Amino acid sequence: MLQSISHNSVGKSDVVAFKLADQDFCIDIGLVREIRGWTPTTVLPHAPDYVKGVINLRGAVVTVVDLSARLGFGPADPSPRHVVIIAMHAGRVVGLLADLVSDIVTVNDEHMQSVPDLASDPSREFISGMITFDDGRILRKIDLEQLLPASQGGEA
Amino acid sequence: MSDLDEFRDMFFVECDELLEVLATGLRRMEDPLSDKETVHGVFRAVHSIKGGAAAFALTELVTFAHRFETVLDQVRSDRLKATSQVMSVMHRCSDCLSDLVSAARQQRSPDPQKSAVLLVELEGLLAPEEEAPADFGFVPITIALEEPDSTEFGEIYNIRFTPHADLYRSGNEPAALLNALRKLGEATVQIDSASIPPLKDWSAEEPSLSWQVELSHSGSKDEIATVFDFVEDCCELSIERKAAEMHPALDQAPLDMEAPTKAAPTDEGAATPSTAEGTPSARDGAAGATIRVSLDRVDRLMNMIGEMVIKEAMLSQVIRTASLNEDPDVSAGLDAIRQLAGDIQESVMAIRAQPLKLVFQRMHRIARETSDATGKPVRMVTLGEQTEVDKTVIERLVDPLTHMIRNSIDHGLEDALTRQRRGKPQEGTITLSAAHRSGRVQIEVSDDGGGIDRARVRQIAEEKGLIAPGLALTPAEIDQLLFLPGFSSKQEVSALSGRGVGLDVVRREIMALGGRVMINSVEGKGTTFSIALPLTLAVLEGMLIQLGDQTMVLPITAVQETLRPSASMLHSVGQSGRLLASRGELIPVIDLSGVFGLPRTELEADDGILIVVETDSQRRAAFRVDAIFDQRQVVIKSLEQNYGRVPGVSAATILGDGKIALIIDPEEIVLSSSSDHNRAAMVRAANG
Repeated sequence: MLQSISHNSVGKSDVVAFKLADQDFCIDIGLVREIRGWTPTTVLPHAPDYVKGVINLRGAVVTVVDLSARLGFGPADPSPRHVVIIAMHAGRVVGLLADLVSDIVTVNDEHMQSVPDLASDPSREFISGMITFDDGRILRKIDLEQLLPASQGGEA
Repeated sequence: MSDLDEFRDMFFVECDELLEVLATGLRRMEDPLSDKETVHGVFRAVHSIKGGAAAFALTELVTFAHRFETVLDQVRSDRLKATSQVMSVMHRCSDCLSDLVSAARQQRSPDPQKSAVLLVELEGLLAPEEEAPADFGFVPITIALEEPDSTEFGEIYNIRFTPHADLYRSGNEPAALLNALRKLGEATVQIDSASIPPLKDWSAEEPSLSWQVELSHSGSKDEIATVFDFVEDCCELSIERKAAEMHPALDQAPLDMEAPTKAAPTDEGAATPSTAEGTPSARDGAAGATIRVSLDRVDRLMNMIGEMVIKEAMLSQVIRTASLNEDPDVSAGLDAIRQLAGDIQESVMAIRAQPLKLVFQRMHRIARETSDATGKPVRMVTLGEQTEVDKTVIERLVDPLTHMIRNSIDHGLEDALTRQRRGKPQEGTITLSAAHRSGRVQIEVSDDGGGIDRARVRQIAEEKGLIAPGLALTPAEIDQLLFLPGFSSKQEVSALSGRGVGLDVVRREIMALGGRVMINSVEGKGTTFSIALPLTLAVLEGMLIQLGDQTMVLPITAVQETLRPSASMLHSVGQSGRLLASRGELIPVIDLSGVFGLPRTELEADDGILIVVETDSQRRAAFRVDAIFDQRQVVIKSLEQNYGRVPGVSAATILGDGKIALIIDPEEIVLSSSSDHNRAAMVRAANG
């Protein structure tokens, strides 16, 4: 796995921030391979509703996960303005459908907080931490491992 | 150091080949008609392993190989008869040797117990008076290894070097070699011109010079040998330490590790000729016309060709869209490219193809071990070993086949007593065969046991709650129960085949390879498991079909015919069931849109096109699709890697327009569309 690149100092890391249903989320930059515009997917039969389908990424078959649906905001209606963040986790490549990518942010570890107990909101289990900023903004850090659909059918 | 690692890797690759030669040879030796050359081949294989192992200081391996070799030598020289008892020990030795090799490869210490037992058995086979010279022959090689430590002060080596014509022909220069020797220490070089013929017989092509070098060298003999590394095939070479304080036999240790030698060379003459005689035959197979290429490179090539096939499809689509395909030059050029792409692809696939022998070989051992463990005497027959399949397929076949062989012996064959009672030979026969069949490879594991006890299978499935009691099942369906997860028909879990995993794992692994497992069992006669595998995991000839707004690919191997049925050919059964009457046969119609949960098209079911498919298990069905586009080669891309299995879909591919299309798995669809829901669920469960 890639290490978080480009931070020379200890205790800092870079994240890619993106918007989803007017909330700010982020993902560790080391996991991100590329960001591309939405293109129509090939629908997978019998897939969970948050799996948009698969796209061709230079010859590889990549699953696109609708983050909006996964986090409980309801299914997205993607347009060419939507983005797909191609991320790699544990050897699997996955595309994350988001509204737009806003920024690359360097965060201090001290600004990272654990998620307060949010009772049973579906998004809770996919967020590994909250990053607070002095201006009051909050980034919700996505836990890619929880997010990905477990291998479908058998252990494949 | 990295050089050494490389040599090490090479040694192990060679070991694999040699072990194979050994195993094949041993089996051939059991054939009463086998000739002496077989024994020689076996002996050479063991000897070469020993030689290589000594170079890497793999002591256990050397010790074992040596003792094994000694016994073989006795067989070779007719001092020991190759009785079946002897052969059985030898087979086990061959297994043990391969264990030792893999232990050495993984740099772990082997299980000393096993080899110790065999060493004793081997010793038992030896005629007592032969032991001494045998050990004698063994000593030199180990000591040769320790030499670097023991020769601090420099030893005097006598090197005799006689180049053959080949050495000159390949552009090597004796002077350069001699100079290299001089770098190792002080050298006195003498030319031996005694064998130069008189001028009238002299031929410019035939070299007749040899050199005698006296070298004072502080390193090991191997260091000297490295100088001649590249020419050892085309010269006669002997390197001897000038004997004084050491054991005289040390001097005669032949240098060429690959050359077979007599167990105990007694004079200088013995070592050299045997080098000359053994080397060519040992190398013929390997050096002649083959190279070793790392699989990575071939894979990369394969991937690129895959991309090329896609690009070619893309290009022809663009050309068609631009209506340029009317131009004969364009279409001719395009055809030529397509042809070439196909040819290249085939050639690369041929590179990747390997004979199934590589796997079958290992199965003999599995059969032997299982036979020992179960106490059932087993004869294993392999047929069609030369059938070639893709290398990846071969590797991934080992586990399922191992399991099936064990299963056939453990569960399939009756014990010797029962067999006797039933009038069968006590020794059970397991046949492992392979053949190409219409674009696929068919592998069969058959036993001549009692066949599947269907009543018992059914009872177990019911007891375990796998099926509802009293379910009407055909015999073939009962056989399928064996593939259910959690099914094990053995009363108690046996050490061999019952490790909590059953045939369901076999089926899953075969399915992951794009293959199928089928059972055919005749009560009292035996059971045959057949595996049908695709030739390659890379490319597939497919029919592009339309379902709603999706394009999908149906493997052409399954397609029998396509038709636009008239109303009179279709018959409704009940609410939704439909049958197609085709040539007097009634075939169930399956609406693929429905299977994949795609939005139904407005069209009446009758308006679609029907594709009649026959699956590997000889089931037929008619798939209803909206349209058929094209037939073309598609490159198979794994869905499971980044996503997981999708029911009814075997893989994905990329179309000319860059979109992904799913490749349909007809067998799974036909099975899961079976009318009985209970059964369909069972199939789905079995398919993981």
